[in-house]
Amino acid sequence: MAQLLAALRPIVNYCVGGTLVGLAISDRYFSLAAVHGSSMHPTFEDRTGEYALVQRSGLARYDFSRGEVVTFVSPVDHRSTLVKRLIGMPGDWISVPETSEIRKVPEGHCWLEGDNGSVSWDSRFYGPIPLGLVRGRVTHVVWPPHKFGRVDKRLPEGRVMPQRHF
Amino acid sequence: MSRFVRRLAGAPWRAIVEGAISRAVVVFCGVTVIDERVVSLTYPRGPSMLPAINIMGDLVVADKLSARYGWVSPGDVVQFVSPEDPRKTVIKRVLGMEGDAVTYLVDPANSDVSKTVVVPKGHIWVQGDNIHNSTDSRQFGPLPYGLVNGKICCRILPLKRFGLIDSKQ
Repeated sequence: MAQLLAALRPIVNYCVGGTLVGLAISDRYFSLAAVHGSSMHPTFEDRTGEYALVQRSGLARYDFSRGEVVTFVSPVDHRSTLVKRLIGMPGDWISVPETSEIRKVPEGHCWLEGDNGSVSWDSRFYGPIPLGLVRGRVTHVVWPPHKFGRVDKRLPEGRVMPQRHF
Repeated sequence: MSRFVRRLAGAPWRAIVEGAISRAVVVFCGVTVIDERVVSLTYPRGPSMLPAINIMGDLVVADKLSARYGWVSPGDVVQFVSPEDPRKTVIKRVLGMEGDAVTYLVDPANSDVSKTVVVPKGHIWVQGDNIHNSTDSRQFGPLPYGLVNGKICCRILPLKRFGLIDSKQ
């Protein structure tokens, strides 16, 4: 019995150590995320098993560029994480398409929209979203192999009037 | 002297250094994981939570597990990322969870007028104990729960005030 425990000990050590290192890397540097839904079509298509690389380093400065795809915690359900494109930073004026109103993004908030506007729950529904909810930048699609590549920055034409340079 | 030097040269340096580095990496990762997900210490400043938390000089423990799994209820003191500036961390008391109706004084220094709001889904209502000197949900509205990153459970310093932070209704 004692021999069995002695033999298991290094395996347990490696498992615990590996888990800690993996969690630390995933919290601080980068992680993988499975993407569902068609709100970001064509950047992400609604199929099972699409994985994105989420970068988490450098978040503390909150120096996002307009047009980046980000992951964030949903303002109506803290257990779900969503993926949308950041198109407005604090101080920007956004023209909301369906209602033809112009809204200013308040301090500490951002404006997020899905690429496929017709099926996307985003800032047009939730309003400006606090930057503190943003959890990472999506930099690449890593699976499936034929979709492997960088996720580009893109802004919708003529809807964002930036107030400051970020 | 030369016997000592020979013993030094004979020691398995490579294995010792590799072992030390890998242990240091695991310990560093363990500390960051615990600080991020289990408990961390924080040093609050400001008058908005008097008398429960002093203007400065208190060292308190933030329970991260409770916040992550939603084990928070009205009366608890929580720590969250400010919706007005994501680089700031703010500590206030929870007065209402989603679905609760919260009544608050609009301008406590000058009048008795009060307003009642229903807290929307996924949000909480937070207020400082010192309502005359606090920027909270009365100014920035209901707070999305995703911004909460800790529940302040107890105080470590100063030693004469060591103990749990009262959870009052």
